[in-house]
Amino acid sequence: MIKRFLVLEWKQFFRSSHWQKSIAINILMVFLAVYFMATFLIMGFAVYNLLTEFHPDSDPFIVFNGFLFYWIIADLLMRFFFQKLPVMSVKPLLTLPIKRERIVHYVLGKSVMSFFNILPLFAIVPFSAILLNNGYDTSVILSWILIIILISLFNNFLNFIVESLSAETELSFLPIVVFSAALFALNYFEIVSFSELISNAVLGMANKPIFILVFSGLLVAVYSFNFKILRRKLYIDNSLKTKSEEAKSSNLEWTKKFGDIAPFMQLDIRLILRNKRSRSSLFIIIIGLLYGLFFYPNPMLLEYPFVFVFVGVFVTGVFLMTFGQFIPAWDGDYYKLLMSQNIKYEKYLKSKFMLMVTSVVVLFVLSTPYVYFGWKILLAHFAAAIYNIGVNSHVILFAGSFNRKKIELDQRAAFNYQGTGAVQWLVGIPLMIVPMLIATLFYFTLGFESAIISISLLGLLGIVFHQKLMRFITGKYQDSKYKMIEAFSQET
Amino acid sequence: MITVNDLTKKYNGISVLNIPDLAIPKGQSFGLVGNNGAGKTTFFSLLLDLIQPSSGEIRTNDILVHKSEDWKPFTSSFIDESFLVGYLTPEEYFYFIGDLRGQNKADVDSLISQFEDFFHGEITGKRKYLRNLSKGNQKKVGIVASLIGNPEVIILDEPFANLDPTTQIRLKQIIKKLANNRNVTVLISSHDLMHVTEVCERIVVLDKGDIVKDLATSEETLKELEHHFTD
Repeated sequence: MIKRFLVLEWKQFFRSSHWQKSIAINILMVFLAVYFMATFLIMGFAVYNLLTEFHPDSDPFIVFNGFLFYWIIADLLMRFFFQKLPVMSVKPLLTLPIKRERIVHYVLGKSVMSFFNILPLFAIVPFSAILLNNGYDTSVILSWILIIILISLFNNFLNFIVESLSAETELSFLPIVVFSAALFALNYFEIVSFSELISNAVLGMANKPIFILVFSGLLVAVYSFNFKILRRKLYIDNSLKTKSEEAKSSNLEWTKKFGDIAPFMQLDIRLILRNKRSRSSLFIIIIGLLYGLFFYPNPMLLEYPFVFVFVGVFVTGVFLMTFGQFIPAWDGDYYKLLMSQNIKYEKYLKSKFMLMVTSVVVLFVLSTPYVYFGWKILLAHFAAAIYNIGVNSHVILFAGSFNRKKIELDQRAAFNYQGTGAVQWLVGIPLMIVPMLIATLFYFTLGFESAIISISLLGLLGIVFHQKLMRFITGKYQDSKYKMIEAFSQET
Repeated sequence: MITVNDLTKKYNGISVLNIPDLAIPKGQSFGLVGNNGAGKTTFFSLLLDLIQPSSGEIRTNDILVHKSEDWKPFTSSFIDESFLVGYLTPEEYFYFIGDLRGQNKADVDSLISQFEDFFHGEITGKRKYLRNLSKGNQKKVGIVASLIGNPEVIILDEPFANLDPTTQIRLKQIIKKLANNRNVTVLISSHDLMHVTEVCERIVVLDKGDIVKDLATSEETLKELEHHFTD
């Protein structure tokens, strides 16, 4: 049976039209994976020497265990944001003679093979080998490895519980971030020393392997809790079908000011407000706005003003990137309607463009308090905003004409808690890196002012040639019209 | 109104539609029947320029469908639920379509009010998004939306499927009324021979992409069709 499931998924993956486009992304993901594996491997080999060098008086094994708390917190956070429960389209299977338990066990079992569970081994195994080489007790080290694997799996299943609970609300990530920050703070200010607690517990178990059984009990508990949650969701009236919600009607008369693109603006605004998937891109704006606080309080960075451009593009363009990258996939569900209606493609795209430009202006205004860290920052943000309006908005619209995967607005797919993973952010990288590289180049050759002027000029050029660019982009969309219709009518 | 010349559609070399010659005059109510895979939806998709013909052409009002978009203002259609915007309420959807077809709110309201019977109190004023309506009710919305803006060509794919008996009877009345209007050309596909013979003055039978029968509807048409599909 498991073999059949695997075959099904294999076919689903390779037969979707998304596949062709995602080859590049897949290659990038493989690179990232290799990079992390290499990093962990090097860390595993080097950590023993590093620890003996920096803590010559203590036992490196014990010092290492002292760091486990941080590892667990970081692991949980990374998992929350990037690890998703393996999705399987279950609806067609429900009426077939397959036990529901089996489907759930399969989905959960598959998650054990996740990259997140394998990655720690790359550091743990070489480190343990070195420990053994230095005369540590074999049975202790072997049970220690086992414990680390069990902790990994525990995190794995704990994460899915957290995700399933937080999937109910839009602000899902806030409690997790606050909770981890609180744990971290309690530990840091030595109010409750979790580092020590966890270190002692792990060492205790390693020395008395019988206690591992107790911990395994915990693992079984989180697994069965996951099992219960998923088992309950396997009914079409439960998670597979969307709950009926009370419609809030709104007339959005003010959009009439925008003239003939008003109907599309109304549609876009309703799209964003009424669908879970797009609504979450609104909340990312808040994080985006605060992003500068990671950089600017650091006085060292203030000496490298070209970084301001990078931060500025992100802060003023966070909506542009999260919303823009899924044009026209947001409208994938009803793309055929748009294509057969009395619509000018240009106006449809213009509406999206106006929405993005408005967001850039609003975000720039909201980001003006950063002037507290220096007027250069304000200037850089202004240049970045112009760049976003003139260049990035057109680039992302253009990129959209290659979009072949529609967004499931109403989240019919079971087990699909958040919908997006790491891939979502890859698109934003060139949008931020390119202006920063240009700014860096000018900064080191001609100085800060010229860097700002060059970025603004590029933006202005884009604004001046807006009509021409839009005509070119519209042509691209028209060229790929039939391909898009076909791809969007595929179920994901 | 609509003329088809040497139209073919092939997928990987296999022909799914082959219409050497077909003319649908203005004002005709045109019915398309055929088994699954006969090419009905393919033909309608070609009419709406949703797919490209492998060869040949369709002209509506002398406008080449796959070259110009000028046929869009007077053509409307409902093919399936993917023509609905799930996160709008029915009213908002009607107004949106109205906006695209140059109708203001009052125009749309007065049109919609004629269909209160057809909606059976399950569509308007219900505070529900389209995605939360049943398949049948979604279909009602789609069909009525295709009547907004005085279109001259109306294309409906399987309009009777998924509807309850009462609604089917009311829909037949609506289509008959449209068919009596000599300015409106109605194209309908259906698996239900009885319904389609009742509302259409001309029936074309497709079989594996070819036109095998082209009948002016009369007393014997239903019998003839039943006979054809029994073999």
